[in-house]
Amino acid sequence: MIPTTSISIRTKKSLRPTSAKSGVPYVAPMRRQFSALVWFSYIWIGLVVFAAVFAPILPIPAYDAVAGPGRLPPSFSNGSFELWLGTDAVGRSLLSRLVYGAQVSLVVGTVATTVGVLLGTLLGLIAGYFRGAIDWVITLVADVILSFPVLVLLLAVTAIFSPSIWVILIGLSVSSIPTFLRITRANTMAWASRDFVRAAKNMGAGNARILTREVLPNVVPSIAAYIPLVIAALIVAEGSLSFLGLGIPPPTPSWGGMINAGAAVLRNAPYMVFVPATVLFLTVFALNQAGEHLRLKFDRTLQS
Amino acid sequence: MLNNVLRRVGYGLLVVLLVTFSVSLLLSLAPGSVAQTILGEEATPDNIAALNAALGYDRPFIVQYVDWLWHAIRGDLGTSPITYIPVTESILQRLPVTLEIAVLALLISLVIAIPLAVLAASRPGSMIDRLISALTSVFLSVPAFVAGPILIFFFAVSLNWFPALGWVPLERGDLGANLRAALLPAFAAGITEIAAFQRVFRADLISTLREDYVSAARAKGLGKNYVMFRHAFRPSSFSLLTISGLSLARLIGGTIVVEMLFVLPGLGQFISSSVMTNDIVAVQGTVAFIAVVFVVMNMLVDLSYGIVDPRVRRAPTAKKRKVAKKEEVAA
Repeated sequence: MIPTTSISIRTKKSLRPTSAKSGVPYVAPMRRQFSALVWFSYIWIGLVVFAAVFAPILPIPAYDAVAGPGRLPPSFSNGSFELWLGTDAVGRSLLSRLVYGAQVSLVVGTVATTVGVLLGTLLGLIAGYFRGAIDWVITLVADVILSFPVLVLLLAVTAIFSPSIWVILIGLSVSSIPTFLRITRANTMAWASRDFVRAAKNMGAGNARILTREVLPNVVPSIAAYIPLVIAALIVAEGSLSFLGLGIPPPTPSWGGMINAGAAVLRNAPYMVFVPATVLFLTVFALNQAGEHLRLKFDRTLQS
Repeated sequence: MLNNVLRRVGYGLLVVLLVTFSVSLLLSLAPGSVAQTILGEEATPDNIAALNAALGYDRPFIVQYVDWLWHAIRGDLGTSPITYIPVTESILQRLPVTLEIAVLALLISLVIAIPLAVLAASRPGSMIDRLISALTSVFLSVPAFVAGPILIFFFAVSLNWFPALGWVPLERGDLGANLRAALLPAFAAGITEIAAFQRVFRADLISTLREDYVSAARAKGLGKNYVMFRHAFRPSSFSLLTISGLSLARLIGGTIVVEMLFVLPGLGQFISSSVMTNDIVAVQGTVAFIAVVFVVMNMLVDLSYGIVDPRVRRAPTAKKRKVAKKEEVAA
């Protein structure tokens, strides 16, 4: 489903034999490659989470309060810090709107991903462990969900129910299930054929016990590594929907809605696009980097 | 082989059936009715009920769905109760725009991704490889609604190279103007696809370059570029072709944002405007159409394995599993 397309950077081990060209012994790149970016990513994610969680007690104006003159471009000489990032058309502080927009993006991203992880893992475990007819049915349902491009699915849902955070949450949760279902199913199939699972079965363990005690703990790291990537994809999906004006209804700020408002006045106030676009880009980039970092560490299918 | 194809097509048909069924079921939950949309706010309940009965909307859901499906199979997706234009006609009228944007987006991202992959694969692990990796990660994190306004600002507002919005139909005979209108939206839509193409192709190139026949070619004294383009390039492009097919399907459903932003009369814009005017018949037809295109493309990609690579014609073999795994990683 998810329009993300991240394939990890190859592990260093697999690169070794390609040194023939120069004749010089191949020196593996330092283990710390990308570490600056990864560090930056984790710090940025921490910062966004902090801002979103503590938004109500941070010393910033309310997101719908007029803080200064309208269309004030970003500048450090704007006086108080809440005006450093400028103001929108009616003079609301972009900084506080970004902070409260982070709340929306993170809540939507994490809640929908949590639902997707729980349902996807459950269905994936069942499908991968029992196989047979139930596997066929579950895979079919996943294929049906995957046949809807995410945005089209969300648009169809908003056609029925007026846009609200609940509609978006349900739509995004449904669309994130197949990703986790497929990962869990593939991993479960691999683990369920291992000796220790057979041993547990021979010792008389029931299916429920084998699934929760033997298989699930081994599957969890692979799933967890995908969580940041899916959160990033869902933040993008929510942003696209808000950008189309069918997402979180105003006056609640959302990054997609802010970019949409800025695009209308692009000629005169381009910063109204650039400021939220930068924040959204950095967040998605950081989540993708974190996800790739975690996958290199935990995803067994990538480690040869 | 034939058995395999039939099974795959049968499964595809089943998915299509379920997809159209769930769209119809979902939309039947919508408050209000088609008659109410036609008659407007002042209509009396009696009038609404009478018109619904005349249009057949008072029948049980399953009967309505079978009726819709029966017409849809013959290419009739119903008539919009708001514009009175047949939905099939609207779709066919807008499909070329979306298709052009999607194909152009695919081409642009391939043109950017392939040289980056070749460059990265010729020195894996080097500084340039890591720089390219970082660059594609940046591209991956720029969704269309971020890329769109930024591209408009630099290339339409500041430099004035391209129009900021609007569409020039190809029928007008001016290919240059048509491409100028299509380029920015296509780039905005395709930019996130670059990363997947570059990474898959780079990985395949690296593993091909490790094959014995490549070493043999090098040992014969053939140049580095000759080996890269004449020996390694084609055998490595298999997965790239596969994910391009999937990516095209995704782009056809994913041009909504750029169509709204650049005001292009395509399918995505049709869906959004139908959603906003509460035109359930049009939404149902278009969503079903896009989903069917998606399923069919997936099926064709699956079947093309057998044509491109004879080794997978029988049971799922190692190669197919390898590709399937790559896709899973890519998705």
